[in-house]
Amino acid sequence: MAFIKSLRRSTGVTPSPAATTVASRPDAAGAAVGPAATATRQGPSIEISPSDALHAYLQAASGVVEVDKLELDSPALTEIRAAGVKIIVPLVTQGELIGALYLGPRLSDQDYSSDDRRLLNTLAAQAAPAIRVAQLVREQAIEIQAHERLDQELRLATLIQQQFLPHSLPDLAEWQVAAYYGPARAVGGDFYDFIELTDGRIGIVVGDVTDKGVPAALIMARTHSILRSEAPRLVSPGAVLARANELLCAEMPANMFVTCLYAVLEPEAGRFTFANAGHNLPYVRNGESVTELRATGMPLGLMPGMVYDETTATIGAGESLLLYSDGLVEAHDPNGEMYGFPRLQQRFGVDLAGSELIDRLLDDLRDFTGPHWEQEDDLTLVTLRRSGASGSFADAPADAPPPRAAGRVLLELAVPGAIGNERMAMDRVAEAVASVGLAPARLERLKTAVSEAAMNAIEYGSEGRPEIPVLITVTVSDEALRVRISDHGLGGPIPDPGTSEVPDLEAKLAGLQKPRGWGIFLIGQMVDQVAVEPGPDGLQTAVLTMDLTGGD
Amino acid sequence: MDADALTARVETGPDRATILIDGRIDRDGDAALAAAYAEVAAAGATAIRLDFTAVGYINSTGIALIVRLLTEARRDGRTVEAVGLSDHYREIFRITRLSDFMTILEEANA
Repeated sequence: MAFIKSLRRSTGVTPSPAATTVASRPDAAGAAVGPAATATRQGPSIEISPSDALHAYLQAASGVVEVDKLELDSPALTEIRAAGVKIIVPLVTQGELIGALYLGPRLSDQDYSSDDRRLLNTLAAQAAPAIRVAQLVREQAIEIQAHERLDQELRLATLIQQQFLPHSLPDLAEWQVAAYYGPARAVGGDFYDFIELTDGRIGIVVGDVTDKGVPAALIMARTHSILRSEAPRLVSPGAVLARANELLCAEMPANMFVTCLYAVLEPEAGRFTFANAGHNLPYVRNGESVTELRATGMPLGLMPGMVYDETTATIGAGESLLLYSDGLVEAHDPNGEMYGFPRLQQRFGVDLAGSELIDRLLDDLRDFTGPHWEQEDDLTLVTLRRSGASGSFADAPADAPPPRAAGRVLLELAVPGAIGNERMAMDRVAEAVASVGLAPARLERLKTAVSEAAMNAIEYGSEGRPEIPVLITVTVSDEALRVRISDHGLGGPIPDPGTSEVPDLEAKLAGLQKPRGWGIFLIGQMVDQVAVEPGPDGLQTAVLTMDLTGGD
Repeated sequence: MDADALTARVETGPDRATILIDGRIDRDGDAALAAAYAEVAAAGATAIRLDFTAVGYINSTGIALIVRLLTEARRDGRTVEAVGLSDHYREIFRITRLSDFMTILEEANA
């Protein structure tokens, strides 16, 4: 706005103390751009809103405008008059009003002459494009600043992230250890860690915080410090995750949680014991055969009172372990195809270890995604290989763990507590139990029961609030298929189908009862057994059981 | 957006009107079913046939809609019959005793 000051001096038109300028050009968002600070020192700043009649008038005016002659219903004009402005010089460029000069009465008290006006018009015509350029430069600068802030935030997130990644790998006799962490541009919240425990044991952590940027990095840092302090004290992976879950639940922001796998390796015995909070399951390679180790548990920070199963496998000589985050398996090729678990499982079956293996996997990922891929999420790989001859089956119990009393987990699912999601829950459960081979009629019954129980959990347990999830676990044993549907009980306890009243259709048809009230009754009729289990903090679970010993 | 949402089309005959239901029957189908019944009532049919052939999903809130329609039909002296129910929903109609108050037909052209 220095232009305007020099313009005044050169014209010889001495503005009164009331004279000022205002930029009235609406910015991209439609709001009026405020006046420049240098100009406002000389008088009040008056914005002309794009919807003000004066705005249109000035935009169409052919030159200077005498305020006394204007008759417009315009709030800005009222203000301008009150400020003692006599003449408005519209600054128009490319048909667009980008500002205006306000001039008060001449100090000589004479009217502005036609020469004065001509001069002002000429100068306005020259000044307007120059001011527009200045405005654009300023807008550009603001935009750059916003970008820089974002970049700075990303740098901060990266910094936090890297602060907590291990600076060195554990040096274990007979073991080859390698790790890789590649942040996505938006920094996704992945982390891994090695924690020294007593008796030469080593704790191994791989995790992923939902969300990105600084909030995710801060939660990652918090999870890291919790695990660092609890792991040496509690040792048992299930107990460590349960404790971390309790602590994180108390401070987790809404809509965030942490998936995390925590393992304890006894290097000499090759014993690998782990618990899993909703993270990707580890792979074990023996020769060319790659198997998945399983352990179940809900992500950290979702709800208190969670229990984490432990699984132990013995890693034999020549066998390898691979722990990894979503960034690899969920990468997409140019056609939108996902890298996926089967491909990783297959690619891990090569006779490589340490950084060679990691390089090979990253090469394969690059082949898959093509050269123009922008990494979608953080990518973490941790691999350990026990030295010795490969392919020994003598002590190779690194298979799936033996069936547990609770059964094999077919599905773990957190459903946002929004009405309608009961159908998604039903479909996901139906997919998950496909391998169980229920008779079609019994599958239909289970689906109806799951849909009804999930609807109750959503409608009452979460009160229809999407940020409060309903948790669903499906397990199968030789005896039974169980679907556990847990909610937060906001709307009170789950009614027990065993003691609930049977809906009275006659009364409903007679208008004596509401037409609704069939859900609990249907659940009880559809499955072989229903139980309601209370949990801590109002958490409650409906357990639907289908008997698998009956023969149909 | 919701391809599965309920639509109900009414075909009126000399004394029977058929409501052809398409999609899932749950609370979202409330308005469509109510409108269909109003159309049947306006046509003055004394018998209503509910055609479930194109229905893949009925939940308890959908049962409530059917109960409401049945209540209104009985109040207005109209009979209700159902065709095209899958085995599963036929069983649910039996369990809820809806089949005690409406005739369940085997085939759409029965």
